[in-house]
Amino acid sequence: MDATVAILLTVISAATPLLLTATGELVVERAGVLNLGVEGMMLAGAVAGFVTAVTTGSPALGIVAAALAGAALSLVFGFLTLSLLANQVATGLALTIFGIGLSALLGSSFVGTPTTRLPRLDLPVLSDLPVIGQILFGQDFLVYLSVVLCLAVAWFLRRTRGGMILRACGENHEAAHALGYPVIGIRYLAVLFGGACAGLGGAFLSLAYTPMWIEAMTAGRGWIALALVVFAAWRPLRLLAGAYLFGGVTILQLHAQGAGLFHVPAQLLSMLPYLATILVLVVIAAGPWRGRLNAPACLGKPFRPTS
Amino acid sequence: MHLRLEPRPQPSPLLRWLTPPLAVLLTVAAGFLLFALMGYDPVAALTAFFVSPLTSLYGLAELGVKATPLVLIATGLAMGFRAGVWNIGAEGQLTLGAICAGGVALAFAGSEWPLQLPLMMLAGIAGGMAWAAIPAFLKVRFDVNEILVSLMLTYVGTLLLSFLVYGPWKDPAGFNFPQTRMFDMAGTLPVILDGTRLHAGALVALLVVMGAWLIGSRTLFGFSIRLVGAAPAAARYAGFSTKRMVWVTLLAGGGLAGLAGTFEVAGPIGQLVPVISPGYGFTAIIVAFLGRLHAGGILMAGLVVALSYIGGENAQIEVGLPQAVTGVFQGMLLFFLLATDVLVNWRLRLERPAAG
Repeated sequence: MDATVAILLTVISAATPLLLTATGELVVERAGVLNLGVEGMMLAGAVAGFVTAVTTGSPALGIVAAALAGAALSLVFGFLTLSLLANQVATGLALTIFGIGLSALLGSSFVGTPTTRLPRLDLPVLSDLPVIGQILFGQDFLVYLSVVLCLAVAWFLRRTRGGMILRACGENHEAAHALGYPVIGIRYLAVLFGGACAGLGGAFLSLAYTPMWIEAMTAGRGWIALALVVFAAWRPLRLLAGAYLFGGVTILQLHAQGAGLFHVPAQLLSMLPYLATILVLVVIAAGPWRGRLNAPACLGKPFRPTS
Repeated sequence: MHLRLEPRPQPSPLLRWLTPPLAVLLTVAAGFLLFALMGYDPVAALTAFFVSPLTSLYGLAELGVKATPLVLIATGLAMGFRAGVWNIGAEGQLTLGAICAGGVALAFAGSEWPLQLPLMMLAGIAGGMAWAAIPAFLKVRFDVNEILVSLMLTYVGTLLLSFLVYGPWKDPAGFNFPQTRMFDMAGTLPVILDGTRLHAGALVALLVVMGAWLIGSRTLFGFSIRLVGAAPAAARYAGFSTKRMVWVTLLAGGGLAGLAGTFEVAGPIGQLVPVISPGYGFTAIIVAFLGRLHAGGILMAGLVVALSYIGGENAQIEVGLPQAVTGVFQGMLLFFLLATDVLVNWRLRLERPAAG
C-alpha cells in the first residue's frame, strides 16, 4: 500500500509541470496564437524561481519570480508576432534557443547549490486520512494551483463572456475584430498568461521535482506540453487527464529503471515519454476521434487590423 | 501619435538583404549592454568574442570546422522552410547519421580498408534520412505535425547514442569511458590545412552549397519548392504534389544533417562519444533564416554564426565569460532578424490622430 501511495505521489509531481505549462499554452492557442517557445519560458521560470528562492530564502518569492520571468519572455514573443507580425513558428523557436541560453547564463553560478524543497501544505484533518490523505491533501502549493488553474480555465472558456471573446479571436479574428473586440490586446493577455504558466511549470521542476538547477533541466517537457494540447483537442479537462497519463508513463519508466525490470537499459526506457508523445500524436490524428478538427481555425495566423 | 504598419506594394529586395547584417549589428550592440550589465569590460569581452578568433590561422580554420555542419544542415533545412515544411529535428538526424557512420567505422575497425570513409558517408546520409523519414511518413499519411515528431526523435536519437557508447559499442580498452574506440585512419577525414582541424568535409559543404544554389535557382524542382511554400493552391494546379515535397525536403534535410554528423565523428572527434554536437541542428535553423534560405546567404550566415561558437569558447578563456553566452547571442540574433524583417514587407509610419 505504501509503495502504491509513493508511486501515485511521484506521478502527481511528474504531471504537475506538464499540466501548468500546457494549461497556459492551451489558452494561448485558443486565442489563435501558436507559441513554440514553451521550453524556453519554462527554463526561464526554472532558473528565476531557483535563483530567487536561494538568494531570498523564500520559495514563495521564487514562484512569483518564475511567473514573471516566463511572462517577460512571452512578452518578447508577443511583441514580435503580434505587433511586428513575425512568423510565429520561427519566433517560438528563437524563444526556445534564447531561453535555453539565457537560463544557462543566469544559472551558471548556481549549479550544484542546494535548496530546500517547496514546503508541502498539509490541509488540516484531510491530510491525515488514510491513503488518499497524503495524495490529495498533502501536496505543495503548485500542485493545488495546477489543478485549480486547469479547472478555472475550463470554466472561463466555457462559461464566461471573456472566455467566449477569447475563443472568438482564435476561431475568426476578422469577425472578432469587426464586432469591436481588441484582438491584439486579448492575444497579448493570453500570451502573457501562457508565459506565466510555463514559468510556474519550470519553477515546479527546480523547486519541487528536483530541487536544484541544472542546465536545460526541462528535457523536452515544454515540447511534450505542446503535444498534450493537441492530444487534449484544446479542451482543458482532457488536458488534465492527459497530463496525468504522461506523468504516469514517466514515473513507470523511472520505476522500471530503478527496479531493473525487463533487463532493458536505462537509456532505452528513458525514450518512452518521447515515443509515447509521438504515438499519441499519431493516434489523435489517425483515430476515429478526429480531435485535430477541433483546432482553433486561426491558430498561428497573423492578424493585422485593417481599419 | 502612434506607430502604424503600412503594407509595401512589394517586399523591398534591398531591405531583404540589409536586415541580416543589421540584425548582426544589433546583436553586437545588445551584447555590449549585456556584458556591461554582467560586470565585464564590454570592449574587452566583445573583442575576445568577435575579433581575436579571427586573428590567427587556427581561429580561421576553426571557423570552417564549426561552419561546416551548420552550412550543411541549414542548406537542407532551408529547402523545407521554403516549402513550409518545419523540420526542427536536424539535431536528431545528425545524431543518427553519426551513429550509422560510426557503426560502419567500428565494423571495419583495424582493417584500414580504403573505402571505409565513402561507405561511412553513405551510411551517415542514410541514417539521417531514415530518421527524417519518420516525420515525413507520419505527416503525409496521418497529417501529424512534423515539428513535434522530429523534435521528439531528437531526444530518442540522443538516448540511442548514449545507450550505444555506454553499452554495446564501448571501447573494451577504453578504461570504461563512455566512448567507442578511435576510428581507423581510413575512417577519418583528411585535414586540409596542416596544424589545424580543418577537414575535407568543409570542401564537401562548399560543393553542397553550390549544388543547392544550382538546384534552387536553375531547375524546375527548385521553382516547385518555392511555389509550394508561397502558393500551395497554385502549386497543386500546376501539378506539383505537396506530399512529395514533404518527402523530398525532409529526406534532403535529414540526409544533409546525417552527413554533417558523419563529418563531426569522422573529423574533429574521431570516435563516438555521448555528446557529438553543441546543438548544431538547432543553430542551423538560425543560419537558414539569417541566410535568407538562399544557398549563398547560408554560407555567409554559417560563418557568422560559427563565430558565435568560437567566440564563446574564446571569451570563456580570455575574459571568463560563461560558455552559455553563445546561446544567448544566437537567440538574440534570430530575434533581431525577425524584428527587423518587419521592414521588408511593411513601412513604419508615425501617425497623428486626425484632428477634430
